Amino acid sequence: MPYLLIAEQLLNGIQFGVMLFLMAAGLTLVFGVMGLINLAHGSLFMIGAFAAAWASAASGSFTVGLIAALAAAAAAGALVEVVVIRRLYARDHLDQVLATFALILVFSEGTRWIFGSFPLYLNIPEALSGSITLPGGIRYSLYRLTLIGVGLLVALGLYLLIAHTRLGIQVRAGESDREMIAALGVDISKLYTVVFALGAALAGLAGALVGAIQSVQVGMGEPVLILAFVVIVIGGIGSIKGAFVGALLVGLTDTVGGLFLPSLFELFMEPSAAASAGSALASMSIYILMAVVLIIKPSGLFGAKP
Amino acid sequence: MNRELIFDVMLMLGLVLVPIWAHFADEPFIITLATRAAIFAIAGVGLNLALGQGGLVSLGHATFFGLGGYAMGILASHAQSYTAITDWPVLIEGTKSMPIIWLVAVLVSGFAALLIGALSLRTTGVYFIMITLAFGQMFYYFAVSWSAYGGDDGLSIYIRNDFPGLNTLDPIQFFLIVFTCLLGVLGFASMLIRSPFGLSLNAARQSPERVETVGINPYHLRLTVFVISGMITGLAGALFADLNRFISPSMFSWQTSGEIMVFIILGGVARRSGPIVGAVVFIALEHFLGGLSDYWHIYLGALLLLIVLFARGGIIGLLLGQGRVHD
Repeated sequence: MPYLLIAEQLLNGIQFGVMLFLMAAGLTLVFGVMGLINLAHGSLFMIGAFAAAWASAASGSFTVGLIAALAAAAAAGALVEVVVIRRLYARDHLDQVLATFALILVFSEGTRWIFGSFPLYLNIPEALSGSITLPGGIRYSLYRLTLIGVGLLVALGLYLLIAHTRLGIQVRAGESDREMIAALGVDISKLYTVVFALGAALAGLAGALVGAIQSVQVGMGEPVLILAFVVIVIGGIGSIKGAFVGALLVGLTDTVGGLFLPSLFELFMEPSAAASAGSALASMSIYILMAVVLIIKPSGLFGAKP
Repeated sequence: MNRELIFDVMLMLGLVLVPIWAHFADEPFIITLATRAAIFAIAGVGLNLALGQGGLVSLGHATFFGLGGYAMGILASHAQSYTAITDWPVLIEGTKSMPIIWLVAVLVSGFAALLIGALSLRTTGVYFIMITLAFGQMFYYFAVSWSAYGGDDGLSIYIRNDFPGLNTLDPIQFFLIVFTCLLGVLGFASMLIRSPFGLSLNAARQSPERVETVGINPYHLRLTVFVISGMITGLAGALFADLNRFISPSMFSWQTSGEIMVFIILGGVARRSGPIVGAVVFIALEHFLGGLSDYWHIYLGALLLLIVLFARGGIIGLLLGQGRVHD
């Protein structure tokens, strides 16, 4: 197999991984701080993509689209937190699953109602279209390379935010003992709204960035949401570091599995059977990865002991 | 408790009398709706054992629903085309006989539930929810890429499978087959709940430490109920495939898992007839709201939100004026 193809696929895997990280970071923050499982996180991803597609089509500028995505997703997140999610913190996981499942129905059908069933398209900005040659002669899409850069920057920013700011201290304190920090005078319900809106904005950003390389349509959020769940199960729920490592593992397994498994099967099967068996196994490979991690470490790679 | 028994009897009578009326009024569509409701109710009864009794919030029961459906699809499609499923190591041929298909569906789903349960039950709480969801997705993508049985497009079976002595193409006869299955499953579930196994399972949900102290392993209880629950949902999947004469990967989709859970919540968690009320109401909403607006899922979502937030005992809880059976 040519070395250039492998290098390109590895970069694709990393790009997919960092986008998954943007989704997983919000989920794992919300779970870590509020103890809430939020199925509607995928809807926030979709809202970001739709807001970006709509705003950039209306204004002709991708940057305006990105700002619209961040604003719309954060606003939707804050609104949902205040109206619905806030009532769910004290409930069991079953109620949280159902209420957020209900939110998905409302968001998905609402979006279909406003924008119709046909997908929207979001164009890659002019300055980032085309490809560049990396050291070693690898030609790679400039936009995808930018996505990797943005994802890594957000990861760094999140790390600084959590480790070195006042908000970060409150978030970490909220993870370990929420009664205590409320008793110390931190406005816990405002903190929750801010954390939720932050997670929502990250999901919206991911939606807008990914929306430019795939079509923007209703239901685009849920497959990503489920992969983000796999990511945080692998990384350990509540751990941002775990989400980062898990996201890269899942992203790489997905693309590398799709690349190698069919050719691996060709070694001992006929080509057509190998292609279908290989692609079937490739689509299952990340779940097999998750199962293996669970067998070895039931609480994930970086999770606290339950 | 007596009021609940009266309610259950009335409900089952209603569920069987409406299709019989529809049969004489020549309204086959209503019979089909009732059959759908009864099949969904079977799936719900299955999940309710794991969820209501065991406290296992499985968001991956579509796996078993789908496996039941694909068991039917694979067996019937080979019988339809007169080809063997495999001739090595032993010759296995397809079949159009419902009882055999059901048996295969139940065994396959039970085996899958054993594997998935053995892995997933190593974890609890939110991990368990996410892992069952992820395993469901794994089967979904497998079905999508399995081109031998239709892949993404699904697979049609032209003639409904046979049941000895009955004409399954007659809607009311097929409904009665499904309804009998529902009664059987319901009876089995009630018996299981009252048995020593069901009691210790309930205790394990409330206080696993105490159950462990008296020498019962909660993991084994949970795994057993997860397998039984998967088997029942698999049966429902086979019946659903029989009803539609069509299978597709959407049977495995996470929305299906969510919907099975919605039946239980609409009706009332851990209620004997909760999933039945939920399935009937769901089908009725789908039919009437779906007729009013293409976007009926918005109203379904809003209703579900209201029930989760404000009526925690579900519809049965509202009607009988009692709250939740348990948390």
